[in-house]
Amino acid sequence: MSLVLNEDQQMLQDSARQFCREVSPVGVLRKLRDSRDEAAFDPDIWQKMIELGWAGMAIPEAYGGFEFGYGGLGVVLEETGRTLVSSPLIGTVLLGATAINELGSEAQKTELLPKIIGGELLLALALDEHAIHAPDNIQTTAVLDNDEYVINGSKTFVLDGTIANKIIVVANTGEGQIALFLVDADSAGVDIKRTWMVDSRNAAKISFNEVKTSKDNLLGELDGFSGLDKVLDIARIGLAAEMLGSMQETFDRIIDYLKQREQFGILIGSFQGLQHRAAEMYSEIELCRSVVRAAFTALDDPSTTAEQLSAAASLAKAKLSEVTERVSNEGIQMHGGIGMTDEFDIGFFIKRARVAQQTLGDAGFHRDRFAVLNKF
Amino acid sequence: MNALEEFRASTREWLEANCPQSMRTPMVQDEIVWGGRNASFKNPDSKIWLERMAEKGWTCPTWPAEYGGGGLSKQEALVLGEELSRINARPALTSFGISMLGPVLLEYASEAQKHEHIPKIVRGEIRWCQGYSEPGSGSDLASLNTKAELQDDYYLINGSKVWTSYADQADWIFCLVRTDFEVPKHSGISFILFDMESEGVSTKPIQLISGSSPFCETFFDDVRVPAGNLVGRLNEGWSIAKRLLQHERTMISSFGLSSGQSDRGGTTSVAATVEGAAMHYRGDKDKLSDAALRDEIAKFKIDSEAFALTSRRSVEESKQGQGPNATSSMLKYYGCELNKRRYELLLKALGSQGLGWEEPGFATEELQITREWLRSKANSIEGGTAEIQLNIIAKRVLGLPDILSMKK
Repeated sequence: MSLVLNEDQQMLQDSARQFCREVSPVGVLRKLRDSRDEAAFDPDIWQKMIELGWAGMAIPEAYGGFEFGYGGLGVVLEETGRTLVSSPLIGTVLLGATAINELGSEAQKTELLPKIIGGELLLALALDEHAIHAPDNIQTTAVLDNDEYVINGSKTFVLDGTIANKIIVVANTGEGQIALFLVDADSAGVDIKRTWMVDSRNAAKISFNEVKTSKDNLLGELDGFSGLDKVLDIARIGLAAEMLGSMQETFDRIIDYLKQREQFGILIGSFQGLQHRAAEMYSEIELCRSVVRAAFTALDDPSTTAEQLSAAASLAKAKLSEVTERVSNEGIQMHGGIGMTDEFDIGFFIKRARVAQQTLGDAGFHRDRFAVLNKF
Repeated sequence: MNALEEFRASTREWLEANCPQSMRTPMVQDEIVWGGRNASFKNPDSKIWLERMAEKGWTCPTWPAEYGGGGLSKQEALVLGEELSRINARPALTSFGISMLGPVLLEYASEAQKHEHIPKIVRGEIRWCQGYSEPGSGSDLASLNTKAELQDDYYLINGSKVWTSYADQADWIFCLVRTDFEVPKHSGISFILFDMESEGVSTKPIQLISGSSPFCETFFDDVRVPAGNLVGRLNEGWSIAKRLLQHERTMISSFGLSSGQSDRGGTTSVAATVEGAAMHYRGDKDKLSDAALRDEIAKFKIDSEAFALTSRRSVEESKQGQGPNATSSMLKYYGCELNKRRYELLLKALGSQGLGWEEPGFATEELQITREWLRSKANSIEGGTAEIQLNIIAKRVLGLPDILSMKK
């Protein structure tokens, strides 16, 4: 098991970094926000990402993918984190394609994965129902009626909720069992409302009122919590990679600023009060890089057990969420007054940081889960 | 079978035949083997184990065979390490010769010096101590004043050192001395080796807050040291000194690593893990009842695991580059803070049973934890304070400007 990127992954990292810098810098997100773009992503850029194969990175060749492993997707996510790329990569690829790839039937995979990889299908996972992430407490119901499931309930914080063609709904099937269902976004009874989030990305509140979906659209087992948990763990690790990129970029910008800003006639980077905080942040970020690399290594190792994967995911998400908060706060503080201005980009990083921290469980959620997994 | 697998198989076989059973149990403090002229072996198996490992050079697996080392490649040494931990083998030899001096001798010493000193380090025949800090030179180590004057074919050494670990038990000292008082402080330092039995050397143990006395004051009063004992060039000792500090940091940072499933040096008792101790003293069964402590312990365990992964990643990365690099400061800083956190948490876990000073009323292990807690406070002072490590990270890794050079 290796904790450093291999040669192929390094090459992917270089090309992804160059792409994000040149094609999708932070200014793209700013423009989407300023124009109140309903989709909150740029379809031309997404098309280019599709052409680079980013939607099929972790998908087997049999379904049109590139079999680069989740580690490959992780490298891409880390780079998109550096420039805060707002795209369907999280909702459609990290959550949607992962759910289908991990849980789908042969027919579902054959039908849907090539469309995702080709950029013809966008997905969203409708999971949370309350302000606090609690995937084992689902009130939305799915009741079998002849050949169809009838879904009722409401969801919140659905990432990419207004752009998805299909929504993967997490519902309770009545006996405390949690299952996933594919629902067409334009089905009768589906009401989707865009919520305008602090990170300027796409999210929605969605209600399901007597929504019917064929029983063939059950994704995975009827008693599907462990399957869902695995998908969430993969997505948590992916998010941790994105957070790593964002915090590294924030930190790099801090260090650049400390080396150019002068006060009292000298560079502020020579002040020990700032140096020690920077050195502590550096140490914490190095730890973050290690847990992210370890999590992807575990993810791509077929001998990893479900419990090991959960432990690796909670380790990564807990640690990254904690350090992201610190680094993003220092991003503002160390830039001083200019860090508070909208004109300066650093504010976009703290906004994305908080959303990413809470997505799929914050540091407290994952510390608790880590403790449970370690039996205390 | 490829060569590495063959090596693994033969190593496993050899260890099976040669590692005494009692050497496959968790190490206890007073059975650690430091070697030296006056080495004592409380457990006779320790002596057998040391001799067998030294014979193969496996106390220093990657050092060249011509000086008695194991001559193994990094890959083979990794395999050896894995096979040793597979059977929970104790370290056959622990010494500053191995962790600090040896690597810099291999890099800087003359052929004659290597042949003289390295085999004795490998075999644990000579126990070394470190003559670095002085009463007036702590964090500002380079301001040291111990004086070495060349007279004919020897140096006459006068001055004193402090915090010399185990000086009262050491056979030889590697020592920083000032050989030029007229130049900037970093440019007048030399690195020299001498026998602690030389006339004019005396030591005085310092009692610490933990009650033990691992450190000494060391005095040099007209000590005559052969000129040939100087390592490297005259007045160029500072770069050797710094290099050795990197090795020292790497050693100290390993205090932050838990061993196996245990948080405390491989013990298997109720206090083997912080959370186990916390639950034991509260009578908890499945879940730690103190929610705040539980979260704090979870945070600690997460950081411990992240730190262990980072240490491993640093080894993997150094294989692509070379030796310990600037990350040794980061690992030293973080590992020491972690170890201090570990003991604060253990103290909270044990409640008032963790606050005893001596028997009766307290188990041996409880008393040990109290003393270790106090000892751990030194971690972020010895081998360069936490603040010095942060300075080094800021300057060397992050490239931030140095206010001291601006002041000059």
